[in-house]
Amino acid sequence: MGWKRKDLVSMQDTEPAEITEVLDTAESMKEIATREIKKVPTLRGKTIVNLFYEASTRTRTSFEIAGKWLSADVINFSGSGSSAEKGESFLDTAKNIEAMSPDVVVVRHKAPGGPALLAKHLKCSVINAGDGAHEHPTQALLDLLTIRQKKGHLEGLNVTIVGDITHSRVARSDIHAMRKMGMTVTVAGPPTLIPPACQDMGVKVSHRLEEAIAHADVIVMLRLQHERMTGGFIPSLREYSRVWGLTLDRLTQCRPDVLIMHPGPVNRGVELSPEVADSQYSVILDQVTNGVAVRMAVLYLLAGSKAA
Amino acid sequence: MTAPKEKAQVLDQAGLDRALTRIAHEIVEQAGGADLALVGIKNRGETLAERIAEKIAGIESKRPAVGALDITLYRDDLGSRAEQPRVRSTEIPFSLKGITVVLVDDVLFTGRTIRAAMDALMDLGRPRVIRLAVLVDRGHRELPIRPDYVGKNLPTSRKESVAVMLREHDGEDRVVIQEPEEGEPEPAGGAAAAGEATDEAPRRAKIKDARAPGTPPSRKED
Repeated sequence: MGWKRKDLVSMQDTEPAEITEVLDTAESMKEIATREIKKVPTLRGKTIVNLFYEASTRTRTSFEIAGKWLSADVINFSGSGSSAEKGESFLDTAKNIEAMSPDVVVVRHKAPGGPALLAKHLKCSVINAGDGAHEHPTQALLDLLTIRQKKGHLEGLNVTIVGDITHSRVARSDIHAMRKMGMTVTVAGPPTLIPPACQDMGVKVSHRLEEAIAHADVIVMLRLQHERMTGGFIPSLREYSRVWGLTLDRLTQCRPDVLIMHPGPVNRGVELSPEVADSQYSVILDQVTNGVAVRMAVLYLLAGSKAA
Repeated sequence: MTAPKEKAQVLDQAGLDRALTRIAHEIVEQAGGADLALVGIKNRGETLAERIAEKIAGIESKRPAVGALDITLYRDDLGSRAEQPRVRSTEIPFSLKGITVVLVDDVLFTGRTIRAAMDALMDLGRPRVIRLAVLVDRGHRELPIRPDYVGKNLPTSRKESVAVMLREHDGEDRVVIQEPEEGEPEPAGGAAAAGEATDEAPRRAKIKDARAPGTPPSRKED
């Protein structure tokens, strides 16, 4: 028990006991969201910098709300329109921000390993809010929290992740975290979007959606990232949707207590039909709510690890 | 950390029960039919609040609402400890507005927990009155706080600790004074470690003398 790490960079390096610590803490944090006055004084006087080099609404807002509910001062710093455009290096920018004595830097960057680099060079805590196609640890944690709340446990559950595994940091973090918690993970998608190294991560691979979802307790539908589909990975959006999209019709083949998750933003009509996104099986909005609680938990736990 | 040595038993099961009965009567008498709720400070305060509520239900026809408060997020020593204390959930499923709230805790020591608990309550609503009931008042206040209902006044030295054991947590009902083993130096960080109340180990209000002079007060009383 207990969190001693300075940073949260990846699920790959995180121990199962640490994951449980975050989830248990997040469970307690949820109550604050139900209050009339949503603020506790816990991180009063702490400064959190959101350093986002890639577009993000949900994640940045979620970290901002989490920090503010804990009474920290939260400053947003976006990559565009900043010194990065004037040619300052990533590390120089970070060192300059560090010179203003923040306690936590939350970083999103297109380069895999960017947050790990900062964690190594900065004395303050660093949280990875997504680094390229590498990892997105707080997303995995909020996914686990949502599953644990709905199912009551994690161990032994079957999870199927559908879509573009290759480009998905969510899939990578989910796979590491879920495997550590004793869950069985199947990935499904067109062969062009399933990395060959998948088996090394201890997951099953399926190239048929019906087969992959039939026995799943949880289905994670990934967003088809149009912006990354320029390399001829799929013939067309319509074809992808026809073969890999989750519809009500396909849902009838699933377990009656299946959970449908999605990291957002949803492309309605591409990976998820609108009826499925709004169905009783969908826990997509629970994921968003839990995201704030998980980030509060991570901020709280990291603020206690005395880096200096 | 070495286990502290038991020095004396202060309350046995019957004594503990009588103390709670008396507190229940005093609460009823003073509340005089006003809207009343008991809020226990986790973990043992919650258990004591439940027991007092049962006794009040036996005296009056109505059982007061019972809530549980975790004060971790309101502590004044966060970040000055080796590790963040575990956050437990606060469960107060009723409105505090305009009612009489009796805070319940097992041991009153420095008063820092109660300060935190009052801040937490104020964030949740505006009670008409907040009162304080404790099973044991062991003295050594660091803040201007005093209890309204006390099970047992217990003069202690700062070196000693008071362990409240309840059958729900510890399998038996009793209160004992403990003292550190002779010649055992207090390990560094020991005070912080003891501050973490767990379900396994009885909560202890303990040992502040061992701190280096000038060290800021680093824990609530337990």
